[in-house]
Amino acid sequence: MTGEYANSLLQSESTSGIRLPDPAIEVEGVRHRYGDVLALDGIDLQVPRGRVFGLLGPNGAGKTTLVRVLTTLLRPTEGRARVLGFDVVDHAVHLRSLIGLAGQYAAVDEALTGRENVDMVARLYRLSNAEAKRRTTEVLERIGLSDAAGRPVRTYSGGMRRRLDLAASLVGRPEVLVMDEPTTGLDPASRIELWEIIEELVDEGTTLLLTTQYLEEADRLADRVAVIDDGKVIREGVPDELKDELAGDVLEVTLADHDRLPRAVELLSPICIGDPDVDATTGTISMTVGDETRCTIAALRTLDDNDIVLTDMRLHRPTLDDVFLTLTGHRAEAEAANGARSGARRRAREGSLT
Amino acid sequence: MTAKATTIKTRVTPPETIRDTFTVAKRNLLRIVRLPQLLVFSTIQPVMFVLLFAYVFGGAISIPGVNYIDFLMAGIFVQTAIFGATNTAIGLTEDLQAGIVDRFRSLPMARSAVLAGRTGSDAARNLFVVLLMVGVGFLIGFRFHAGFLPAFGAIALAVAVGYAFSWVMATIGLAVKTSEAAQAAGFIPIFPLVFASSAFVPVETMPNWLQVFAENQPVTRFVDAMRALILGGPTATPVSYAVLWLAILLAIFIPLSVRLYRRSAQ
Repeated sequence: MTGEYANSLLQSESTSGIRLPDPAIEVEGVRHRYGDVLALDGIDLQVPRGRVFGLLGPNGAGKTTLVRVLTTLLRPTEGRARVLGFDVVDHAVHLRSLIGLAGQYAAVDEALTGRENVDMVARLYRLSNAEAKRRTTEVLERIGLSDAAGRPVRTYSGGMRRRLDLAASLVGRPEVLVMDEPTTGLDPASRIELWEIIEELVDEGTTLLLTTQYLEEADRLADRVAVIDDGKVIREGVPDELKDELAGDVLEVTLADHDRLPRAVELLSPICIGDPDVDATTGTISMTVGDETRCTIAALRTLDDNDIVLTDMRLHRPTLDDVFLTLTGHRAEAEAANGARSGARRRAREGSLT
Repeated sequence: MTAKATTIKTRVTPPETIRDTFTVAKRNLLRIVRLPQLLVFSTIQPVMFVLLFAYVFGGAISIPGVNYIDFLMAGIFVQTAIFGATNTAIGLTEDLQAGIVDRFRSLPMARSAVLAGRTGSDAARNLFVVLLMVGVGFLIGFRFHAGFLPAFGAIALAVAVGYAFSWVMATIGLAVKTSEAAQAAGFIPIFPLVFASSAFVPVETMPNWLQVFAENQPVTRFVDAMRALILGGPTATPVSYAVLWLAILLAIFIPLSVRLYRRSAQ
């Protein structure tokens, strides 16, 4: 499904220096300031037509701000952005008929039925009444909500609401679809269901820009990924490249005796890849051990040989937090309080395990 | 660049704006039909006001030459319309919080249609509540004394007052942004305006300093016009004052709320 030409573009180290011919989305030096907070700090991006572009980053990285700029909801303080060649500020009115937005929260009216919600949006996309009706039926069918279409949305599950929101953003046949964290807060089954729908869409040639906190989601859906942190793009590439850089699995061990943490770190340092990360409050050490199980075995054997007792041991695939640690040298929310930090790690971990 | 200057749509046409307004208003009215409890609870309050004022204060307040219930209902109609307008602030802020306004803003629709549709559907809702008040009033002895056309005018005035205050409330809602704050903030201007007016007692019974305010504020003008339309007598002057105040409120708060709406996402 990947054309040779597009492939060559995707394989290139970065598109930021190269001008793509006729990209779907072009962002040049976009900054946005909310009062004292610099939410976007000079973003440059190009998204080729008919591809899926993933914007990966933690809460507060600036993903939603960029989505709002690209969907004409927010004027950037500096820089410019074009979607399908139209400037998001100067040609906002025109552009709105060509794009679809599925926001972070399902923006659907609970009191109305699924059909009424989609039909309203269809009319606001300027479809004639008959066309709106036809298109609404079509889109609901497509998204698997035909049977529930006559029910009020308050009876829908979280996954159904997200699908309905997606149906509403598709009803106007957008050439570019922007989805802001489409699966955040969904259970694993609903998440996979939504992924399948998104994959179908993309096969039909819709350009999709998708933001996510989950590496696995970006990996599964996106042709190309930009990692965003503190309002800046810190890395851009195809998902496989990013994952290769992470050098495999992460081993976490929790010590029974926290006083032995320094000794354990000393013993583990030669075995793991990079420096081990220590959380003194929980007595946990996390380290990248690579894909080979012998590193894991060696680490555990060394600890055992030195009579260091473990209360817990986990091996997991790299999380978004690990990507951040590798790419930036700091934890995703390093400046935040400890509680918030472990929250971010927990979220990232849930994402990678589903 | 693929954009050709000739094909770029730069503005929404008036017929499109009207269609969008009806689409939004239809959605808001559907909400009322689907959640009738909202309407039921918001009508119980004005009905209680009618009964409380008529039976609790009615005995104590005597207005020479007028049946108090006829005097009272003019005030009740205006009060009901103004209190009902707080629903505009609440509905709008709920849409803001639920992300529905963001959805609207990402669509190629007229931006003004979100506010016009909201105030329009609230006016329709208000008409229903005012008609219900007329019914309740009739049951406890209220009558229109000036004939059919002034009676029609009185109901139209009540709806117009509600509509003008809907724009005031839209402005407040967009300024405070959350529905809880909107509910509280909305009543701050309403209480002094409604109670320090001719709605329930004659202005002459108030202390002098308060009379100055009461006589010159819009709610007194609305109530006086309403009273003239209900009780009879000269209507030209009070109705002109009322219409002037309606025009002033709309001229201030339509542009102000539209401005705040445009900025609400920045």
